[in-house]
Amino acid sequence: MLTILRKELTDYFTSMRCFILFLLVFIASAVAIYAAYQGIRVASIDPGPVFIKLFTTGEDLPSLVVFIALLVPIIGIALGFDAINGERSSGTLNRILSQPVYRDSVINGKFLAGLITMAIMIGAIILIVGGYGLRMIGVPPTAEEIIRIFIYFISAVIYGAFWMGLAILFSVLFRSLAVSLLFPMAIWILLGIPASVFNPYISFFVPAVSNSVSMQLMLARLSPYFLFEEAMTVLLVPAWRGYGLLTSTTTSSMLPNPLSLDQSLLIVWPQFTALIAITAVCFAISYIVFMRQEIRST
Amino acid sequence: MGKKIVVKTEDLTKKYDKVTVVDRLNLEVAENEVFGLLGPNGAGKTTTILMLLGLTEPASGTAKIFGFDSTRQPLKVKRLAGYLPEKVGFYDTLTARENLRFIAELNNIGYAESEPLIEQVMKSVGLGDVGDKTVNKFSRGMKQRLGIADVLVKKPKVAFLDEPTAGLDPEGINQIIDLIGNLPKMGTTVVFSSHRLYEVQRVCHSIGILSKGKMVVQGALDELGRDALAEGRFRIEVETAEPSPQLVKVIKNIKGVRKVEAEGNMLHITTDADLRAEISKAVVESGVALIQVKIQEFSLDDIYMKYFHEG
Repeated sequence: MLTILRKELTDYFTSMRCFILFLLVFIASAVAIYAAYQGIRVASIDPGPVFIKLFTTGEDLPSLVVFIALLVPIIGIALGFDAINGERSSGTLNRILSQPVYRDSVINGKFLAGLITMAIMIGAIILIVGGYGLRMIGVPPTAEEIIRIFIYFISAVIYGAFWMGLAILFSVLFRSLAVSLLFPMAIWILLGIPASVFNPYISFFVPAVSNSVSMQLMLARLSPYFLFEEAMTVLLVPAWRGYGLLTSTTTSSMLPNPLSLDQSLLIVWPQFTALIAITAVCFAISYIVFMRQEIRST
Repeated sequence: MGKKIVVKTEDLTKKYDKVTVVDRLNLEVAENEVFGLLGPNGAGKTTTILMLLGLTEPASGTAKIFGFDSTRQPLKVKRLAGYLPEKVGFYDTLTARENLRFIAELNNIGYAESEPLIEQVMKSVGLGDVGDKTVNKFSRGMKQRLGIADVLVKKPKVAFLDEPTAGLDPEGINQIIDLIGNLPKMGTTVVFSSHRLYEVQRVCHSIGILSKGKMVVQGALDELGRDALAEGRFRIEVETAEPSPQLVKVIKNIKGVRKVEAEGNMLHITTDADLRAEISKAVVESGVALIQVKIQEFSLDDIYMKYFHEG
């Protein structure tokens, strides 16, 4: 499997595709830095650690967190959509599978290589923004902030792994590259639409939904996009202490101080688990389908 | 003949959506021979090869290579067997050498061993000069030859080549066929499928003809020809300057001659063995000028057509 992993990594890093993705990453970082520069003055008045605000502030512009939530799916899909059917159509799949390697090491190697590439990209964005931000504001991060950012990094990679797993799944299911690219793209766009848009339609069939905010929230959480954003807000804005149903009385009686790291983690734990779970499910399905698939090209 | 059987199937059957593609196939290939798998398109040649390699699961029956079950011990089989798919593909952005190196690595061949080996096989397929070119610059014929190099890199004990000459020009076909013919000397048994009878006849020791998933006939090439067309006998043609009834009588008396037919200057003789020497001697002794003596060779075309007319 290491051989396949190494080959895939070389492929990724020498491909045009990766060059374009890296370009995208740098543009995103530049925009995020600019957004943080615009917003940090206002934001730093609020209590809580300053450094981490680099990632979440942007006055009129989307902040880095929003950017990553949008960008990571594209990276994941771009890395995964031709994983299996690309090899199939170029006639290399049966040549590889006739070598003494287990079939699963092919798909594992590809997944792992994608994961590493994605980790490098996301890591690059975070480090660029962090580094430039440090120069800009001159406030060093505390240990807790570094841990929060690190956890954020890990979750962003898992979030990306979900999209890549989805793309790989379609590349196993469909022989055509166009189809396996369009399907995850369509899902990405569909899930990217705020769930509130669908609420009127859903409540038409299930009237209970329109009255219950928690039910609406539950529906929204079906989308990994929403899950990720929710979790990341809690993680990176320490003052955030929950989602959904906070009435004005509860808010006003809350102390306006930031939550400690373990408290924040406790809040996002379900989201975190759900993200890992859907990633695992995606990968498991493609794994099972691939293991039993006919490898004939015709 | 006491030869070791290295590829063997027993009642091998494969069904796709209830359509039987390979039907209770029994096949045997002896060590260090070239076996030609013949048959029209859709006869089940590729499916048979895939099952032998353990890339496709049979519906029933077994396929064994060197005694290893292809379905149950696919890794052991894949270590011994090389496979050239019908539509062979390479990583376009890598060079020929890098493509081969990847395969060597997948076979756990260390760098120190694989480099000279790659050099050697590239040379043997005539790609010694272009090893560092990326594969997307290769022509169809070069890719096909690289495909053979790719099979050879793992030093297989048995090589399965699926239509190795499809889509090549005559020169390319000759090169590939020569390569295949040389493999048994290097200790590699070859099974290759084709529907070009001429090339099969040139290099194969024995053949099997598949039709609609069934093995129609199988055996050594020369025996098959005689069985199919002359009921197991030899046919010798003698051309003389002026045949006489006397000569016919003399030849008929040679031991082993079954039948003599005269047709103009030609004599068609059916015999039990290769009696060319005795016959020419008899002709010369009878004082008739001998022009030529020829033993009739059976072309695979004849065999093939005969079985397909019967089938």
